[in-house]
Amino acid sequence: MDRDLYPHLPHSGVTMTTEQTHEEATHQHGMSNAGYVKIALILAAITALEVSTYYIDFGPFFMPSLMIMMVVKFVMVVSYFMHLKFDNKIFSWLFYAGLFLAIGVYVAFLSTFKFFIA
Amino acid sequence: MADTALHTEHHTSTGLSNVKLGMWLFLGSECLLFGGLISTYMLYRGRVGEGPTPSQVFDIPFTSVSSFVLLMSSLTMVLAVSAANQKDDRGTTLWLTITALLGATFVGGQVYEFTAFYNEGLGFTTSLFASSFYVLTGFHGVHVTVGIIMLMSLVGILKRSKVPGSKSETVEMIGLYWHFVDVVWIVIFTLIYLIPV
Repeated sequence: MDRDLYPHLPHSGVTMTTEQTHEEATHQHGMSNAGYVKIALILAAITALEVSTYYIDFGPFFMPSLMIMMVVKFVMVVSYFMHLKFDNKIFSWLFYAGLFLAIGVYVAFLSTFKFFIA
Repeated sequence: MADTALHTEHHTSTGLSNVKLGMWLFLGSECLLFGGLISTYMLYRGRVGEGPTPSQVFDIPFTSVSSFVLLMSSLTMVLAVSAANQKDDRGTTLWLTITALLGATFVGGQVYEFTAFYNEGLGFTTSLFASSFYVLTGFHGVHVTVGIIMLMSLVGILKRSKVPGSKSETVEMIGLYWHFVDVVWIVIFTLIYLIPV
């Protein structure tokens, strides 16, 4: 049966309850709504920490800590909110290929202008 | 029913949704676009000429609130996708509308910020720093605005139940775009606003 033509029909003719539906959806995506809220709270806390670096002197840890927090937030949103962690790896390859290509190209670009030496 | 385009076997050569593959490919290419704009800003941020410097114009508390608003819009967007997967049309519409409102708040904040900067003497052609800053953040703002238009259009067609194909996949695709706009801002906020010149 073409499921694109009959998207409203359940799998294998089995009738599903709302609870089953929710459980399956949670299982398939790897997270419940409460899980998403927890991720959002963690992201908010990291953002608060990031902003604190503007007011508090972190000394030599300033730049590394900011970079780490930025990367952690980026990966958390991409992995959990965009479901890359739970989805087919091809999607991850497509996205991260573009991302790392961009990082490589522009690090080379900035190096050409001696950005990192300055 | 959790039968969504997310995990359902598709009748394609890969067994995956072509729409989703296309969206991820598009987002990968967007990394190159924003990478170029961010690199250009990093290169020119010290070239202030006669105009004000970044530290003189940036309002970190204000931008922090804007960043928080955009971050929370990612939460409401993922809740919309979750509701769509559960075939909860009312919940989907509600969360999509809240996401659009949060996005509009962010864009409103950006318009206010640009106006304040202009009044402080930072015009588009004042310096290389100004030009690269406005182009970068302006491009991002346009992306958010396009996202808001897509969200509101989706709300409209959801209410008329005229979404072609899988509803949940359509919501998810717009969600992917929205989250991408959020992750780009995560990078911009750190590299442009928080790191001093």
